[in-house]
Amino acid sequence: MNRRQVLDLYFLEARSKLIDLAAFLDRVERAPGEDDYRLQALRAAFAELSGPAKSRAEAVLLALSDPTTEPIAQAPGKGATGAWPGKK
Amino acid sequence: MRYIEPHAHMVSRTTDDYERLALAGCCAVCEPAFWAGFDRSSPAGFYDYFRQLTEHEPARAAKFGLKHFCWLCINPKEAEDVGFAKEVIALIPQFIQQPNVLGIGEIGLNKNSRNEMEVLEMHVDLAARCDQLVLVHTPHLEDKLKGTRLILDVLKNHPRIRPERVIIDHVEEHTVGMVLDAGFWAGMTLYPETKCTPARAVDILENFGRERLWLNSACDWGVSDPLAVPKAAREMKRRGHADDFVDGVVFGNPKKFLSQSPNFKLE
Repeated sequence: MNRRQVLDLYFLEARSKLIDLAAFLDRVERAPGEDDYRLQALRAAFAELSGPAKSRAEAVLLALSDPTTEPIAQAPGKGATGAWPGKK
Repeated sequence: MRYIEPHAHMVSRTTDDYERLALAGCCAVCEPAFWAGFDRSSPAGFYDYFRQLTEHEPARAAKFGLKHFCWLCINPKEAEDVGFAKEVIALIPQFIQQPNVLGIGEIGLNKNSRNEMEVLEMHVDLAARCDQLVLVHTPHLEDKLKGTRLILDVLKNHPRIRPERVIIDHVEEHTVGMVLDAGFWAGMTLYPETKCTPARAVDILENFGRERLWLNSACDWGVSDPLAVPKAAREMKRRGHADDFVDGVVFGNPKKFLSQSPNFKLE
């Protein structure tokens, strides 16, 4: 597909997702309380959108990942939250 | 269109879903052992589950003309208790000779703990001793990168594991390269909210080529879509990919990998 065809196929979907993301930020910020690591990680990942072409999806996933390399002593539970709560 | 669903948890799905799969062109469904959404209280619970996978589900699928195959293990979400896991793993050899068993899976890691690593190594050793194919689950979300690296280390360091007989599942943009570069097969799971969307999966196919890659729905009791694979096939066609390319991804590739098991027969 050429660039025009990609835009024809995916632009409206991307536009919709962008507006949803903006609305999510508005929603979470008008709610009382404090941010947590998930919102901080999401804000940090936004910076990757202006990164090099072809690897932005990978860069966003890396920004939300645990960067450590050693197994942990014990599983704290079963679930995952989508953002790493530790410090890089 | 014909396709193989190489990863679906049909014990969690209704009989209607078997019919929908068949109507969409699915000719075989492969079911890895997994976490049922709650912890089983005894190894006997797994004995019953392995019977369900090897006796009951093949019969349920056959009513809709579908072949059913399975993989056996204790999944990483129930692997924190190593003693318990050992008892479950000891049950597996008596089921391995069942005619629909493809190998050991889906083993792997969940939270990347030392105990999960020990149970993973036990499974890998069992697969090597019994000359079985291996299907590996990689962790969810923020744990996937680290877990994939740890899993690759375990597999690459085992002297009897051949990469071409192992598929590492649930890859995304940040893990697919390391899996393929190490010579393993890679699976992309199509989920509505987590893992890959059909559009991203097709992006990965366009960036990495279709060699040693397959698509699956991993439909289960959570948010998932049993028709995700044919929807991804439609996405490929929407972008202009030829029918033989699509057929290679959704039928040829899983057939090629799974045919390494003598039990995988479509006729």
